[in-house]
Amino acid sequence: MVIKKDGKTIVHPYIPNSVPEVQEEMLREIGLKDIDELYSGIPDELKFKGKFNLPEPLLAECELKRHVKRILSKNKTCEENISFLGGGCWPHYVPAICDEINQRSEFLTAYAGEPWEDHGRWQALFEYQSLVAELVDMDVVNVPTYSWGQAAATSLRMSCRITKRDEVLLVDTISPERLAIIRNYCEPLVKVKLVKHDPVTGMMDLEDLKSKMSNKIAAIYFENPSYLGFIETNGKEISEIAHDKGALSVVGVDPISLGVLAPPSHYGADIVCGDLQPLGIHMNFGGGLAGFIATRDEEKFVMEYPSRLFGITKTIVEGEYGFGDVAFERTSFAKREKAKEFVGTMAALWGITAGVYLALMGPKGMWEIGKTIMQRSQYTMKKLSEIDGIKAPRFKAPHFKEFVVDFNETGMSVKEINKRLLEYGIFGGIDLSKSFPELGNSALYCVTEIHTKEDIDKLVQALREIIEGKR
Amino acid sequence: MGNYLASIPEKAQELGIIINNILFEGFYLRKKLGLIVNPIAGMGGRVGLKGTDGIETLKKAIKLGAKPWAEDRAREALKQLTRLKEKIELITYPKQMGENVAVSCSFNPTVIGELSGEMTTAEDTKRAAREMLDLGVDLLLFAGGDGTARDIYDAIDLKMVVLGIPAGVKIYSAVFAANPTRAGELAALYLEGRIKDVIEAEVLDIDEDKFREDQLSIKLYGYLKIPVERGYIPGGKSPTPVSEKYNQEEIAADIIDEMSDDYYYIIGPGTTTKTIMKMLNLDHSLLGVDIIYKRKLIGKDLNEKQILEIIKGKKAKIIVTPIGGQGYVFGRGNQQISPKVIREVGKDNIIIVATRRKLQTLRGRPLLVDTGDKELDKHLSGYYKVITGYRERTIYKVST
Amino acid sequence: MMKGGKIKLRDFHEAKWDEPIIFELNRKGERGILVPEVEKEIEEEVGDGISVLPEHMIRKKPPALPEIAQVRVLRHYLRLSQETLGATINIDIGQGTCTMKYNPVINEVFARSPKVTELHPYQDQETVQGALEIMCKLDLFLRELSGFSRFTFQPGGGSHAIFTIMSIIYAYHKHRGEEEKRNEIITTLLSHPSNAAAPAVKGFKVINLYPNEYGLPDIEALEEAVSEHTAGFIVTNPEDTGIFNPRIKEFTKIVHDVGGICAYDQANANGIIGIIRAVDCGFDLGFFNLHKTFGSPHGCGGPAVGAVGVTEKLVDFLPVPLVDYDGKKYYLNYDVPHTIGKVREFYGVFPVVLRAYAWIRSLGAEGIKEVARVAVLNNNYVMKKILSEIKGASVSFPKTKHRIEQIRYSFEQLKKETGVSSEDVIRRMADFGFHLWTSHHPWIIPEPFTIEPTESYSKDDLDEYLTTLKRVVEEAYEDPEKVKNAPYNCPIHKIYHEPLEDPKKWAITWRAYLKKRKNWE
Repeated sequence: MVIKKDGKTIVHPYIPNSVPEVQEEMLREIGLKDIDELYSGIPDELKFKGKFNLPEPLLAECELKRHVKRILSKNKTCEENISFLGGGCWPHYVPAICDEINQRSEFLTAYAGEPWEDHGRWQALFEYQSLVAELVDMDVVNVPTYSWGQAAATSLRMSCRITKRDEVLLVDTISPERLAIIRNYCEPLVKVKLVKHDPVTGMMDLEDLKSKMSNKIAAIYFENPSYLGFIETNGKEISEIAHDKGALSVVGVDPISLGVLAPPSHYGADIVCGDLQPLGIHMNFGGGLAGFIATRDEEKFVMEYPSRLFGITKTIVEGEYGFGDVAFERTSFAKREKAKEFVGTMAALWGITAGVYLALMGPKGMWEIGKTIMQRSQYTMKKLSEIDGIKAPRFKAPHFKEFVVDFNETGMSVKEINKRLLEYGIFGGIDLSKSFPELGNSALYCVTEIHTKEDIDKLVQALREIIEGKR
Repeated sequence: MGNYLASIPEKAQELGIIINNILFEGFYLRKKLGLIVNPIAGMGGRVGLKGTDGIETLKKAIKLGAKPWAEDRAREALKQLTRLKEKIELITYPKQMGENVAVSCSFNPTVIGELSGEMTTAEDTKRAAREMLDLGVDLLLFAGGDGTARDIYDAIDLKMVVLGIPAGVKIYSAVFAANPTRAGELAALYLEGRIKDVIEAEVLDIDEDKFREDQLSIKLYGYLKIPVERGYIPGGKSPTPVSEKYNQEEIAADIIDEMSDDYYYIIGPGTTTKTIMKMLNLDHSLLGVDIIYKRKLIGKDLNEKQILEIIKGKKAKIIVTPIGGQGYVFGRGNQQISPKVIREVGKDNIIIVATRRKLQTLRGRPLLVDTGDKELDKHLSGYYKVITGYRERTIYKVST
Repeated sequence: MMKGGKIKLRDFHEAKWDEPIIFELNRKGERGILVPEVEKEIEEEVGDGISVLPEHMIRKKPPALPEIAQVRVLRHYLRLSQETLGATINIDIGQGTCTMKYNPVINEVFARSPKVTELHPYQDQETVQGALEIMCKLDLFLRELSGFSRFTFQPGGGSHAIFTIMSIIYAYHKHRGEEEKRNEIITTLLSHPSNAAAPAVKGFKVINLYPNEYGLPDIEALEEAVSEHTAGFIVTNPEDTGIFNPRIKEFTKIVHDVGGICAYDQANANGIIGIIRAVDCGFDLGFFNLHKTFGSPHGCGGPAVGAVGVTEKLVDFLPVPLVDYDGKKYYLNYDVPHTIGKVREFYGVFPVVLRAYAWIRSLGAEGIKEVARVAVLNNNYVMKKILSEIKGASVSFPKTKHRIEQIRYSFEQLKKETGVSSEDVIRRMADFGFHLWTSHHPWIIPEPFTIEPTESYSKDDLDEYLTTLKRVVEEAYEDPEKVKNAPYNCPIHKIYHEPLEDPKKWAITWRAYLKKRKNWE
């Protein structure tokens, strides 16, 4: 049987052997009459005899294109509007070359080939590992995992395996989404406890950390910059408090800040994780995430990575580089090591893309982008604060890229304000009133290198009108 | 550069080339391979070789057409190593104990020692092994059967890495490769440093004392160190498999986690089971049966009577592992755990442990039981939750 | 292949650029791309922006990234792409279990549209109705094909989907107060290693079922495995060997009878999609790999989506949010009473979801059935040819005749007769532009190789692959050394593994290599 539409036989372009004559030829070579015979090993009762309620196929490509484009046209994008949304997925500029490379059919469709015929893929991923390593100033970086949340969760489980403890501390200002992922990943073998933050600066409450730190704790995890945008300047103290009790310091970073901000390895971090999305990957409605994990080049760390680690090696020809999986020979079992986690298809193409981005930017580019983001976000905070009723930033600390805007004195909810901003073609910041109720009517605003003075002024003007109009 | 070299006298050039070879060979250093062939293996039991009786039996056997096939098997194995000819030093014993085979494969062997007489004996094998140990041989390949393995074990115990080329009639020991070609391949990979995993494998042979009483019983004599390949594939989609030692420690950790203070644990012989004793820091016998209670050693190297005395009327569990290359869980090397003991403990209290690699070597064949009591064997058959890792079980079939 | 009227072997040679590592292209001063500077007014208002930072938080030494001009970066990566044997460019039936099929280029046009790439997940839902519609509709399509009641697209791949499933199983039993008692998951030894690894993360013990001589687990083995401790059972059907377990309904019943949950690892769905539904086999939940069965490209190893579907009784445990339609508009539904929370930020990899949607719309129900049927035809055609024409090759578990959509074979015979292993053959196949793959751990089948034709290849394509495989095997008999020392036509030659296994030598980054290469001498 072949595909039939209105009694006519259709040969589908995606299925070369849907040509009836070819099927007959092949069946003859196997010695069968009908493809159904190939399914004879499956009991009849398991075969679905009904009709699938799927829409009629759009066989012609132009019909398909029309249909899909029509649906997609219902979307309003951050290009057509001005968006100040961040919170784990950020609007940064994607260089044309990044798209050019990850569209190459070879990279797009390759998968699990060997070191010799997929050499380019191995080299590209090794280079991504190496480029991110320079950014975080550490010697080991993994092939990317699904997202920052996963990278953080894995970093914490790694800490448990390394220290042979099963409790972890997280600062309570971390991204709510990442917290949910970590909680699910840790339950039931690892206990998760939260450490309070200082309501004025936003930073971790060191006294609370000291009281909760013990030699039962495997690690303390915090983010820099925080989910709420402020910079955690006490990294060194936090790491010392952890190391004092034999715990590890795990820090989640936004890599695009590391041209201007000191990397966590400079203030005692043992494991560093983060998201590659700002490095040349489009937002993709939240689909452009890729998590990385970095550590020092010590056996006790390297042996705990569940993901693949590509290493450089020699070939049988002098002067040739080759690449392969670093293979760790586990020789001794340590107790309470209940799971080594799993590895599978993750986010490799984004890893290659991040490598391309970093190669294009170079050290000067990373400095410039950090600087321009700082300047633009500070300008925005300053201008917003000039509006009656708005406090920006809410926290008394330096910020990078994102900041909490306090609307409590305006008498309007963030929901209302954002609905009004839409009319101006502006996507306002993330409503924090449910995830951080102590902040009340506050929103997380994100300003990057793509926001021009004109964009920012438009926002300020719109908010002024909305808030003052209300009064 | 060429002109400069030409001006140096020849001997110095030779030296230069040797230094060059050593420095720039890369990863291959000049390893020492020992070769011992037991030319009369597989020609009628080892037991018969003691004294002139034995030699007469042998002469009779040869007259009747028995062929010394151990040399052929050794040759098959050595063929896999010819590509490493220049890189290894082959050390062997004279004539039919290895020299003939080595030369026929175009090796240039270092021949040591001397034969005691026209017919080779167990003493020759032992002497050869000891001498090779003294010379620092990296890997000893021996062609023979269980008897030969036992001789090697008597001579060197765990002091050297060995590998058996199977040339016996029925082999119980686990120290042999699946076939001569495989033996040669594994030897080559080990000498090249491509495989590093070395495990302790059981040496089993006919129990001579019982044999004199007309009983055929297979006894566990000891362990030899052999290289194993884990089937490591680089670049795969899955993480690297673990070493045998790691796997054994995992299994022991699982058992210890689950240990109850209400039960007496009868621990059978085998390196996997004895890892439990090691992890509890308890004294134990390597080849015998020990009993633990409340994580303390109650009895060491016990016989059937002693075991029964201890567990009579008490709650007990038996922990066993397949011994030897055939996959016997009862009846080969652990007969102290007799039908009486098994019946006293009960089938539900039998715990089988085995490393993943061990199960894989069975190639899908079931684990076997031969307690001597056919009714009991049938009762014991079925599917068991074999402990193969930490918090990991594999359902495997046990058969008669 | 057919060229110039004759059948001949392809005289392939892969591009070889001998390309240095990107750091070696460094030329101080070169710029790859420039960053927009702030307007003068901003500079006047806030200064350099950096001085607000405390001294110790400012990066003193810039990251040692290379400085390379734009076209040189482009050239470098284009060359690396040429040194990669992507799936579309070769006849990729040799990457068995990966379901390498045609990734329609029109779907790339959709995925690259700014209407997809420039969307933020937290935009007002009114502004992303198109995206939500696609997600909702794909959910409905997959429900049809599987019989499940609900899908989530959060998991980023097959292994992640398995983990999500284990999280749901754990949550289900916890909800009934039985999470301490029910701590065992049963799976088969031939399943993907993640079927054993992922449950362990949630604290489960794993019980493996060994295959019998037919390549299937014995039902008595399952009976021994189940108990009051059984939380669930996860299995791939057909397994990677291509063998379908016809008694699967009996298996799921046994697990249900003790109160366990049955999960379907549908990584191998390509041969049965549209033919069999998961619920009809007794499964309570399962997953599809959108980047395999549903035509989204593999991307060198992601991004991907492992779409997890569940029956009604498990819907309350799914990760949030779900995508729903209220009659007028699409919306994100966070009201899932016993949700496991999240396994990934936001909603999943939307471009992959979109490609799967477009793939299904292009084929329709009949087309999808045809996909499965042709995949099975192609697979059995290849098997017939291999077993009858290629010396030294045999099929795993020969007692079972019927195979569905991929097959694990063995070169055990070839190894015995020539000393050439399956890994050697794989390297030599690369000289003709083909992949070939062995097997997951554990290697129960000696000298394995796994081939999965899928529906994307024509008879001529299959014939070309088979002719080449035949020739390589003949070469193994004629000149084994040639095969053993392959490859010769690839960008690089055989690699040494030793530097990757020794902690003193291994270098995962270029900076580590510069520090450690003296240990390599």
